[in-house]
Amino acid sequence: MRTIDILDGGMFTTVQDLGRVGYQRYGVAVSGAMDGFALRAANRLVGNADTAAGLEVTFVGPELRFVQPGLVAVTGANLGPQVDGRPIQMWRTVAIRAGSVLSFSGQRDGMRAYLAMDGGIDVPVVLGSRSTSTRTGHGGYEGRALRAGDTLPLGEQALAGAAMRRALRTSDIPSYGHDQSVRVVFGPQDGAFADAGRSTFLGSPYTMTPQSDRIGCRFDGPRIAHMTSADIVSDGTTLGAVQVSGDGCPIVLMADRGTTGGYTKIATVISVDIWRLAQAAPGDRVRFERVDLEEACRLLRAEEAVLDAILTPAVKMTAMPLEDVYDEDAGSGLAAEGFGDLADAIDQTGRGRDQ
Amino acid sequence: MHERASFLTAGDRAVVVEYGDTIDEATNRRVRLLAAALSLRHDPGIVELVPTYRSLMVHYDPLRVTQDEVETIVLEAEQHLADVVLPRPKVVEIPTAYGGDYGPDLGDVAAWAGIPADEVIAIHSGREYLVYMMGFMAGFPYLGGLSPRIAMPRLSSPRTKVPTGSVGIAQEQTGIYPTETPGGWRLIGWTPVRIFDATSDPPVLFEAGDYIRFVPTTIEQARTIAEQIAAGTWTPTVRDHE
Repeated sequence: MRTIDILDGGMFTTVQDLGRVGYQRYGVAVSGAMDGFALRAANRLVGNADTAAGLEVTFVGPELRFVQPGLVAVTGANLGPQVDGRPIQMWRTVAIRAGSVLSFSGQRDGMRAYLAMDGGIDVPVVLGSRSTSTRTGHGGYEGRALRAGDTLPLGEQALAGAAMRRALRTSDIPSYGHDQSVRVVFGPQDGAFADAGRSTFLGSPYTMTPQSDRIGCRFDGPRIAHMTSADIVSDGTTLGAVQVSGDGCPIVLMADRGTTGGYTKIATVISVDIWRLAQAAPGDRVRFERVDLEEACRLLRAEEAVLDAILTPAVKMTAMPLEDVYDEDAGSGLAAEGFGDLADAIDQTGRGRDQ
Repeated sequence: MHERASFLTAGDRAVVVEYGDTIDEATNRRVRLLAAALSLRHDPGIVELVPTYRSLMVHYDPLRVTQDEVETIVLEAEQHLADVVLPRPKVVEIPTAYGGDYGPDLGDVAAWAGIPADEVIAIHSGREYLVYMMGFMAGFPYLGGLSPRIAMPRLSSPRTKVPTGSVGIAQEQTGIYPTETPGGWRLIGWTPVRIFDATSDPPVLFEAGDYIRFVPTTIEQARTIAEQIAAGTWTPTVRDHE
């Protein structure tokens, strides 16, 4: 069995997949990666199914030793990923030698990085998912964040013996800034808000507070006025729901949110913009922009096309056994030996040029 | 209860099917009937159904269906609610050690109600409570039917840690803490029963539409049950609801 040794757990590193589906009616939170786009990209880069489990790394990254060789991909926030002290490229497949150590030198942008290994992390499936729910202590690695001394089991490699190289198109790599425009569709309780409240919500910058976490992103800013009450008879919640309680401050519900809630929700962040909140840090500013459902769905299909582009073309270096493949282009540009073919292959498809 | 459902957009992956804005058994039953009707259909784009007091949240895959199509599916299912048979509700008995170290607020509730502690226990354990829905935390039941005589408001300052299995009251609500968590409920007792167990599927002892009855137990009996649960030799008493 292939394993990875945890030498240092970092600030808050957890095993996550895309979440626990089908148990919300029992009050079980969905959990899963805060930035689902980054995790899906990482999994596709190493040849995993979208449902494979990877690591969600928060701000200060862990230190991991690969016992056997393997493929990894690091996506999401740039926390300074390195292998044996040398920087590695993000958003592409990287081959790792047996015994190599992956670490993070420090945050440059964003909040959460994602690490996928070929074969996925093979912790037990709990209620249909390998995601960690730290609130209740179930799932993932023993229901908690990783610590020094832990050992992660990896699943079977999809393409044993062949080193596969994939990359996200450079133009598709998200940029993480300190000022984000986050698109929402109104509802379910937008009717509970005064016109002035709705205008304030759309027209003002909101600053993320340090009380933000995997349960929700809290914001400070102009108070959003209700028509009468902020309370409703408890009903269901979704990822990205913008809850406004009596204090008039918005909270965007995220991965570990409670499945039901008793406060009015003025709007819901569209799926393709959830990553903007997952990558925001306290002090970052957000403006909410209203779109309609058709636009949200159009954007969702466009995002699927970006993720599908990772799968084609895949350049298989079948002549190179995995043990001898190292990230020869660590720290340098795309022109390094072995990677040039892949860059040419992507350019030749003409993808991206027409958009 | 509204005659026709209202549909509320909840982002690009879910729609709320709302039947009303009050807590009552008829509305709640309607929600659960709709959930049962939709479950039977196995529509490919419908991902998950979450029933709450008076609405059903329908989670769907927007790459397979649109919200409009989901609404059409719901309206079709509504035509056939009369054909849906809900499973017979169960009554799950919850052995509860009232008062003492595990029920530190029992005296306060008695004082607030102006009755002896024994009477608080008799009132609390004297009826079956409908599980209207589950939420807030894994395994947490929203129970209906608490007597207004013992419906004391919650603590103004919540405790930072409430032990797992604590049985409490917060105004018209009564319930059981499924895990250790901060909480503001008035704690009147403790049950060794694990109402949430992630290693079981389903991970809960009861679900929306079932009933709970708190059964007064001594602390010694409760501890014995706790040992049996840890050893895997205890099974809950479950009856059919009359």
